[in-house]
Amino acid sequence: MSEIFDAIVVGAGPSGNAAAYTMAKAGLKVLQLERGEYPGSKNVQGAILYADALERIIPDFREDAPLERHLIEQRMWVLDEESYVGTHYRSNEFNKQPYNRYTIIRAQFDKWFSKKVQEAGALVICETTVRELLLDGERVIGVRTDRDGGSIYADIVVLADGVNSLLAKKAGFHPELEPKNVALAVKEIHFLPETTLEQRFNIGADEGVVIEMVGKITKGMVGTGFLYTNKESLTIGVGCMLSDFKQQQITPYALLEQMKAHPAIKPLLDGGEMKEYTAHLIPEGGYNAIPQLCGDGWLIVGDAGMFVNAVHREGSNLAMTSGQLAGQTVVELKTHNQELTATNLKLYKHKLDASFVMKDLKKYKNLPHVLHQNRQFVTSYPELVNKAAHEMLVVDGVDKKTKEREIRKSFVAKRSWFGLMGDAFKLWRAFE
Amino acid sequence: MHIVVCIKQVPDSAQIRVHPVTNTIMRQGVPAIINPYDLASLEEALRLKDKLGGRVTVLCMGPPQAESALRKALSFGADEAILVTDRAFAGSDTLATSFALASAITQIQKDMPVDIVFTGKQTIDGDTAQVGPGIAKRLGLQLLTYVSKIDGVDLDKGEIVVQRRAEGGAQVLRTRLPCLITTIEGINDIRFATMPNMFRAARYALKTWDAKTAGVEDLTKVGLKGSPTIVSKVFAPQTKAQKAELIDSEGRKPRDLALTLVTKLFTRHPKLRDEINSRAL
Ligand SMILES: Cc1cc2nc3c(=O)[nH]c(=O)nc-3n(C[C@H](O)[C@H](O)[C@H](O)COP(=O)(O)OP(=O)(O)OC[C@H]3O[C@@H](n4cnc5c(N)ncnc54)[C@H](O)[C@@H]3O)c2cc1C
Repeated sequence: MSEIFDAIVVGAGPSGNAAAYTMAKAGLKVLQLERGEYPGSKNVQGAILYADALERIIPDFREDAPLERHLIEQRMWVLDEESYVGTHYRSNEFNKQPYNRYTIIRAQFDKWFSKKVQEAGALVICETTVRELLLDGERVIGVRTDRDGGSIYADIVVLADGVNSLLAKKAGFHPELEPKNVALAVKEIHFLPETTLEQRFNIGADEGVVIEMVGKITKGMVGTGFLYTNKESLTIGVGCMLSDFKQQQITPYALLEQMKAHPAIKPLLDGGEMKEYTAHLIPEGGYNAIPQLCGDGWLIVGDAGMFVNAVHREGSNLAMTSGQLAGQTVVELKTHNQELTATNLKLYKHKLDASFVMKDLKKYKNLPHVLHQNRQFVTSYPELVNKAAHEMLVVDGVDKKTKEREIRKSFVAKRSWFGLMGDAFKLWRAFE
Repeated sequence: MHIVVCIKQVPDSAQIRVHPVTNTIMRQGVPAIINPYDLASLEEALRLKDKLGGRVTVLCMGPPQAESALRKALSFGADEAILVTDRAFAGSDTLATSFALASAITQIQKDMPVDIVFTGKQTIDGDTAQVGPGIAKRLGLQLLTYVSKIDGVDLDKGEIVVQRRAEGGAQVLRTRLPCLITTIEGINDIRFATMPNMFRAARYALKTWDAKTAGVEDLTKVGLKGSPTIVSKVFAPQTKAQKAELIDSEGRKPRDLALTLVTKLFTRHPKLRDEINSRAL
């Protein structure tokens, strides 16, 4: 006879770990299944950790979590082929503890988080893929894994299986992911000595820098590039909408290669040795693409629920918070001897609505659409802005007033005044 | 029947990289795996158990992280797992390691006599192939190295028949139990663990033995003190690859081509020419 658990969590990424941790800590009998060799082995390496979400789950995480560097500087670059215009924001405020953002290596971080989950009492089993959900009518009663004797039962199954949740799809909870709702990101880690990194970015030990990039590097596709400093490596990557890749017939790999060759980026990578190359999907459909989040005996958390804030490149924090809220929901219902039915589990949805997760996603709900419809944001504007900067900075005997006029003219030539105003309004509306 | 399988956790040598500048070996981030030869041993042991019943105990000497290797072995179906771990063992060479493992096996015997001890032919990180024979010698076990197949075990007679890979062919050997077998790689595929075994492995209360529990009283026989081998330097050999040269064969006679090739070879390696010339005489 197979065992019965209070809860089965599928997936050991940030969302699954948060859910399993919360439930195990409250004394529930939790089983977590992960198909990777160990938690984190399947996860894209190198990321930014937003401390707040984790702090609410494990308040003293700073004591032993594998953190690379805390971020003290944020750069935003708008690039054309030859140059970039950008802002750098560095503040000593970011050097005051407790730090707010860190770079992490996901493989290590997820492993650490999983250790906490196990210490909290959950049974964590890796190298085991959940093939399908076991149903009794509408109700999810367990999972079937790829191993002999692999049917396991539980009162609730938490789907934390990441973007493109095959399980939810198979059970009919989830429609097929649309290419316009998901980005494909590629990432590399380049190994560089600590001292080189610190000199190159003008940072001290443990301090880090992140660079966000938009513009010509994405070849007219909606997307961003990013670069950040780990302890002794750099993470560099670029992500664009899957639908755009399909349309433009550019391979992600080629895109990253070209980005790395950009005159502003190349020197930053100089001398590094590429350690890893990974590609992963990011659900970026935003608020309007969120699927059904719960039903009889099941809940969806993290990427599987489309909880990614593409504008601020936040994902793991939404994943952890949604996992925690799902865990709390189950614990509360169980404590009050309430059944884990679709109706009762709506509590999860209410908790999400009241949290930053839904509030932020709601705020940007029109952005994906606006960007899709208005390519100028990633094509003409970067070029115009760079040209303008160039024009103003070159001292060539032309007076500044004439230069300004030329710049204005170049903008209007590309896009009518009306268009420019409209774009500004659209963006303002999307971000507002 | 009681089988002890000695396993070691090793860095996955397929993923070890050499630092391009310093030429040192980069261990960072290299996943740890069970030595592939040991996995072949474990599978043979499990097959014997499937046929004849009994108990399979896995034994590992290593740092605390080696626990994951033992849990993996349990998930495949091993019954018991013992981790022999002690600071005193750090730096042990093959002499010291075989001493510690032999002591541990002596302790295991107290619980249930051991019929067969398995080790891999060698480890992929040390490549010495000395630990298995070392244990056999210390415990007075019949030694069967390079085993590719176990033809049969007769428990009543206390006999085993195995096939052994030898130069230019295979040997079929019969000997009495207890014995120690070292296996070669590629003779089987490790099984896919069942769900119940995954549960059992995850929950198993691992036995952790320090030097004393493992029966090692004399600490000068283990660790650096007990290890006459000194690793003075680890480095990656310089790659000697030179640019290949393509000889155009378009419309040329074979004899002509062969001559060109030989001339080129001899010009580049005059020693080779001298040697062949001297033999030809
Ligand atoms: C290139 C890139 C860069 C990113 N950068 C950042 C960043 O800097 N900061 C940030 O906050 N977010 C970032 N994100 C987003 C972030 O990685 C995700 O939002 C987050 O990992 C989601 O967590 P999750 O637990 O929902 O899913 P995942 O982390 O994807 O975990 C899902 C887990 O489920 C397992 N699994 C799937 N199916 C099964 C199955 N059937 N059976 C068993 N196990 C299964 C998988 O192996 C995996 O371990 C980035 C994403 C990408 C792709």
